[in-house]
Amino acid sequence: MTTHWDSLPGEMQKRLYQELVNQVKPRPPVLRNAGAAFAVGGLISVLGQLIQNFFLARGLTLLDAGAATAATLVFLAALSTGLGLYDELARFAGAGAIVPITGFANSMVAPAMEYRTEGLVLGVGARLFTVAGPVLVFGIFTAWAVALLYHFLLRP
Amino acid sequence: MGIAAKKIGQQTYFFHQPPVILSTATIVGPKEGQGPLGHTFDKVVEDPYYGEKSWEKAEQRMLEEAMQKALQKANLAPQNVDFLLAGDLLNQIIAADFTARVLGIPFLGLYGACATMYEGMALAAMLIDGGFAEYVLLGASSHFSTAERQYRYPTEQGVQRPMSAQWTVTGAGAMLLARQGAGPVVTHATVGRVVDLGSADPNDMGAAMAPAAADTIARHLEDTGRVPGDYDLFLSGDLGAYGLALANKIVEQKGYQIAGHFNDCGLLIYHHQRQDTHAGGSGCACSAVVTCGYLMQEMAAGRLRRVLGIGTGALFSKCSSLQGETIPGIAHAVAIEAR
Repeated sequence: MTTHWDSLPGEMQKRLYQELVNQVKPRPPVLRNAGAAFAVGGLISVLGQLIQNFFLARGLTLLDAGAATAATLVFLAALSTGLGLYDELARFAGAGAIVPITGFANSMVAPAMEYRTEGLVLGVGARLFTVAGPVLVFGIFTAWAVALLYHFLLRP
Repeated sequence: MGIAAKKIGQQTYFFHQPPVILSTATIVGPKEGQGPLGHTFDKVVEDPYYGEKSWEKAEQRMLEEAMQKALQKANLAPQNVDFLLAGDLLNQIIAADFTARVLGIPFLGLYGACATMYEGMALAAMLIDGGFAEYVLLGASSHFSTAERQYRYPTEQGVQRPMSAQWTVTGAGAMLLARQGAGPVVTHATVGRVVDLGSADPNDMGAAMAPAAADTIARHLEDTGRVPGDYDLFLSGDLGAYGLALANKIVEQKGYQIAGHFNDCGLLIYHHQRQDTHAGGSGCACSAVVTCGYLMQEMAAGRLRRVLGIGTGALFSKCSSLQGETIPGIAHAVAIEAR
């Protein structure tokens, strides 16, 4: 950029500026983020496995132990969100804390806490799914689409 | 088009009898108190709720208290003041509205995003030098948690913020401007144009605001015929580290060299590594508390004689961002001189 800035046509200014922004913009520390996500996501999974083993040892069937494990993890995540810890964990671990079921619990409890000040119905009730809503909508839709595919194409 | 008596160049106004900054007051949250400017604030509140039921109420209380404190320091009562100019980032600027409800001073609500404090200073100086007011009280506030909810996610939501993201300052700054008295004076104001060079990333507001800041700085120098050396410091509101670098480059492209004495309130207010604030502070309170605290004290101590403060704002909403709009920026400059 050697031309005098103000004499450039608007579109040119925009293009040059966005090039400049891309040069200046900090790169996310990908390796560090991936490492933290792997470690924390892995540890949450290990914790889940330990809980599941516990329920299995207590005589639950594999299916029931799975459900009980999910419920326990959700409870722990909800509790730590309430204590103000889960967002700190996610700030460090990124996807490692967001992807597991604990992240889903966090995304339900966080708005529930946030909108309590606007009342139970129009606050908590109306805003509970602000973050988790898209996950549910597209999750359920995908399950439905896959089930249809299975029904028409793959079922023996 | 006629030429206005107090206008020079395209966007700059100079004050025949420069209005005096009689007093300022600041109040901030815990994170700001722990930052490098912690000692420059009048009050550090350790509880982000400030004993209130919601963050919005806490923010409003901070603004009200800063206003009261500025009045107190100048030994004035609300009924002595001709205008109250204030704004914030909440929908319908409720922190300012409710503060005006308590103070009972004739009120003009402002919205200039994070540039609100400087918009207020420019307008207040015009009201006084125009002969419409003897005293004008002005201020701005923001709160990390109310801004997060206004623009981003619930506070307890687990997210990883990008490196270019900024941290909204919790606090409020208030200033009392008068026709006469002792204190630094406001000599010029340059009202900014809205500039948009196509930035659309709400996590990189520095990039969205930098072109506006550069535009206003260059315009101010051109209009006044001053050179960068005439100012001890160019102090922008909340460009952050990357926005400041970008603004520097554009100002240079426009033919001015200010890099040596160009700083940003958002850079000054936090220990960025230790406090994990990424690119810097932001929000209405960022420029308000740094200007009303640090800057005033530096001027009083004689370490800074003449400063160009540049309030910077990103003009967008969550809605406009989701609808794919780019983010225009605005910047208002005010020249302050120690007397």
